[in-house]
Amino acid sequence: MEAGRSPNVEIITNADVQEVSGIAGNFRVKVRRQPRYVDETKCTACGVCAQYCPVTLPDPHNQNLSQRKAIDILYTQAVPSAYAVNPDYCLFLNKQECKQCTRACQAGAIDFNQRSEVSTYQVGSIILATGFKQVNPAKLKTYRYQDSPNVVTGLEFERISSASGPYVGKILRPSDLQKPKKIAFIQCAGSRDKISGKSYCSSVCCKYAVKDAIVALEHEPDLDITIFFMDMRMYGKGLETFYERARESGVRFVRSRISEIKRDVQTEDLIVKYVTEDGSLKQDRFNLIALPMGLEAAEGNFYLAKATGIDLNTYGFCRTALFSPLSTSKEGIYVAGGFRGPMALPDSVMQASGTAACAAELLTAVRRTCIAEKAFPEERPVDQEGLRIGVFVCHCGKNIGGVVDVGEVKKYAATLPDVVFSKDNLYSCSQDTQALIKETIDKEKLNRVVVAACTPRTHEPLFQETIREAGLNRCLLEMVNIRDQCSWVHAHEKEAATEKAKDLIRMAVAKARLIKPLSEPVIDVIPKGLIIGGGLAGMTAALSLAGQGFECYLVEKTAKLGGNLHNIHYTLEGEDPQRYLQQLVAKVKGHELIHLFTEAEIESVSGFVGNFETVLTIRQNHNETHMSHGDTKDNEINPPSPPFTKGGHPLSPPLEKGDTGGFSGEKKEKLRHGIIILATGATPYRPDEYLYGKSSKVFLQHELEADLATCRFVPAPGDSIVMIQCVGSRDETHPYCSSICCSMAIKNALKIKEINPAANVCVLYRDMRTYGFHEDYYRLAREQGVIFIRYEKDSKPEVNEIDGKLRVTVKDLVLRKRVRIDATYLALSTAIVSQKNETLEEALPVPRSADGFLLESHVQLKPVDSYVDGIYICGMAQFPKPIDESIAQAKAVASRAAILLAKGYVKAEPIVASCDPDVCIGCAICESFCPYTAIRMTKVGKLKKAEVIAAACKGCGVCASYCPARAISMGRFTHGQISAQIAAFGADGS
Amino acid sequence: MVNEPKILGFLCHWCCYAAADAAGVARFQYPPYIRAIRVMCTGRIDPVFILDGFVKGADGIFIGG
Repeated sequence: MEAGRSPNVEIITNADVQEVSGIAGNFRVKVRRQPRYVDETKCTACGVCAQYCPVTLPDPHNQNLSQRKAIDILYTQAVPSAYAVNPDYCLFLNKQECKQCTRACQAGAIDFNQRSEVSTYQVGSIILATGFKQVNPAKLKTYRYQDSPNVVTGLEFERISSASGPYVGKILRPSDLQKPKKIAFIQCAGSRDKISGKSYCSSVCCKYAVKDAIVALEHEPDLDITIFFMDMRMYGKGLETFYERARESGVRFVRSRISEIKRDVQTEDLIVKYVTEDGSLKQDRFNLIALPMGLEAAEGNFYLAKATGIDLNTYGFCRTALFSPLSTSKEGIYVAGGFRGPMALPDSVMQASGTAACAAELLTAVRRTCIAEKAFPEERPVDQEGLRIGVFVCHCGKNIGGVVDVGEVKKYAATLPDVVFSKDNLYSCSQDTQALIKETIDKEKLNRVVVAACTPRTHEPLFQETIREAGLNRCLLEMVNIRDQCSWVHAHEKEAATEKAKDLIRMAVAKARLIKPLSEPVIDVIPKGLIIGGGLAGMTAALSLAGQGFECYLVEKTAKLGGNLHNIHYTLEGEDPQRYLQQLVAKVKGHELIHLFTEAEIESVSGFVGNFETVLTIRQNHNETHMSHGDTKDNEINPPSPPFTKGGHPLSPPLEKGDTGGFSGEKKEKLRHGIIILATGATPYRPDEYLYGKSSKVFLQHELEADLATCRFVPAPGDSIVMIQCVGSRDETHPYCSSICCSMAIKNALKIKEINPAANVCVLYRDMRTYGFHEDYYRLAREQGVIFIRYEKDSKPEVNEIDGKLRVTVKDLVLRKRVRIDATYLALSTAIVSQKNETLEEALPVPRSADGFLLESHVQLKPVDSYVDGIYICGMAQFPKPIDESIAQAKAVASRAAILLAKGYVKAEPIVASCDPDVCIGCAICESFCPYTAIRMTKVGKLKKAEVIAAACKGCGVCASYCPARAISMGRFTHGQISAQIAAFGADGS
Repeated sequence: MVNEPKILGFLCHWCCYAAADAAGVARFQYPPYIRAIRVMCTGRIDPVFILDGFVKGADGIFIGG
């Protein structure tokens, strides 16, 4: 919806790309657009056309489990919010008869004269985000999807359990619409399966099966749910805990690839035959089976690749490289989400932001050249005028008018105090009504406008803009919801609904009499960034910000840049990480917009979004030996560019001179910047088990890597290298899964086999979590003779050293015997743990998860924003992740941060709090309750007074409701306004 | 009167108000007795508002957040 509302995003639906020509910075894209047969600008999405349409067809949104009409909207939140005709089913388009919709549509939006059109667009950069598709279950005969109604895909199961789904949230099975008692989820259907050509792991299916199982149990606690799986791949933040929760809620997990499903024709139950890990053959009966299908490349990928000239990988997904995960093989064309490979939502969102940064870097020189900013007439001052309220009541076709007596409501509104005008409209949101509202404001000299229609959540911005265009401040509007919360929910109680509409309008008019024009505080942003942490993520973020033309400070605690990347010597994909690191460091050091501080710690951070001030402590004895663009001298020679000013506000003073601290060998530096990026990294856990630190043959996985890379350890024929996975991980020490250790073990195992195929490698694991395309390397390792032995959490391997010989004992769950291995070398894959840095945590208290990793403000939708505005998180500080994901995330933070920096200001919504210092008693209750640290106590003379930081305020009003002196007022929700609404609520004469 | 209570509602813009809209989109039907006041957060609700609501004749106050 935000994209739909932006004046700089043009949404072209029903379209495909035919041809792309040109080069990075100047592409020509030929787009073919199929007709919708509905004029988007006229359609109000009232839905009357669909009510009259006589044709029904399976509803793709509900996975074809329910019906829809030949003219319909895919789902209620769809953007653009307009209906579309399905040309394959429409009677008029196929048989030249019907046109019921045309007659029913009171907005005159149906247009059967539309034809397919080809247009050419000139763009600088292209982002591909075409997604993936589900593997067709009908092709996999074993699962009996086609002949058994009660075998459904994972997506179908999601719709079945959704409140807006075909069974309105009741979990029923399709054959007889009865409640199932036993449900099975069968994992890896069309995934990790070489025969079906989908040998990779689809990454998301384990996660969503567990989610669906938990949701199903919340609906129906008595359900008996079994999940058949090979490895439960619950990697990623918070997911292992989720897995544990599923076990605790009674979900049964069976490690087995099922061998057969039989259909019981009488009951439509399904009988699953499977072999358990210990080799016994079992069978079980289920009422419903869900197949969380694997994901594959969409057919369109091939055509898109042809049109754009980019390369695909062997599976038909876009080919990307480890160190440039968002770039395609063609410069200027970037890729995000499911077109890169199967991935979960947060990764998709993150990559989407990341590609925006890639495009912004490319197009920095032409920033602001093609954007539209709307100009409005000057605001009319209304404070000297008497109240003149206009009320507009909407019919919304029949949506409101069919239930509420709109004519009567309109007449009633005219009787309310200070209402000088009232009118009903067929569609208040239509363009002609918008024009009428503007005309009326002018003609009737209205200075408050009340619109009784749908919900302010979707339509308030539109009406605010309309009255603003007519010269009124946008806060002089009040909306009344008489559709979503009245006519739609009281469809059979016309009189009561009409009474309710009148009451709501009376309350709104009472409030409207007290509303006042409000300004939108504009706070300038210092167009510079601070990046804390000089590892891969920190450096990538700094380079991206600098590449987009923003000055930034990069602060590294140690003497050298690179962080954990120093520990990576080779990769599964065959790239050279150390060479890449050298190039990256050189680029960072050579970039004129990056001021680098090494051996520097954050002493304090103050301020808020757009205006932060940070004090660094820099160990000085090394100062001559390392690069530092950011020292005092530099700042004196090259003063920062003149501060950006807006609206006459004084802006940031130039960077203050470094203030040398009193201690010898230490220097303090004060920095001012608009945003902060936290890229503080993580570190491998050093365990006190398995003789680590006690035996000369026991190492961590990355130490093995270094030993192999530097030939400190050369595997000899007959050597036995043992690896133990999940050390201090997925247990009481660190309950989460660190995501990268399985792939790392596979990488080192393959390296050993490459150096000496006659060396033995044995991996002791709990679940192999080589997700995505790394699954292929896992298979390769097995093919090359690497031995995998599974162990359970409660029967861990034992390691002893007797007479200099290292002995590993583990219970093999397949052989049901204890296996003894004399190990030449033992490598432990330990948990990745967050970096402890108390100084930093004290200076910058950003919320962390129980595991110690930085918390994102919304796990799915805002994966790189922290809880605090203007502070972003990336890299392993957010959670352990592989190189490509770290780079994508670093690009994503650079993109999020650049939005603020490029804009140059933060505009606070007029709903923010304000404090009257004459009334404030300085008790600081508000400061202690504000959840956004948006209130600070300042000294005014001898007294303390609360001051609201508008840029950080979210308008929640906690401060106002606690203020004992009523000194705090909430914009648009003042005490007086709400009290007036309450009084009007009671003034209905009863 | 017993069958037609007067309920005054305070609905958080971000959650309950959105949910009430969603109930409308799904055409769920419920009794027509509530009159809602939208607030940006239930934290905005001064206890005085609740008492005031009863004084002004509410039979019940609904707070959704």
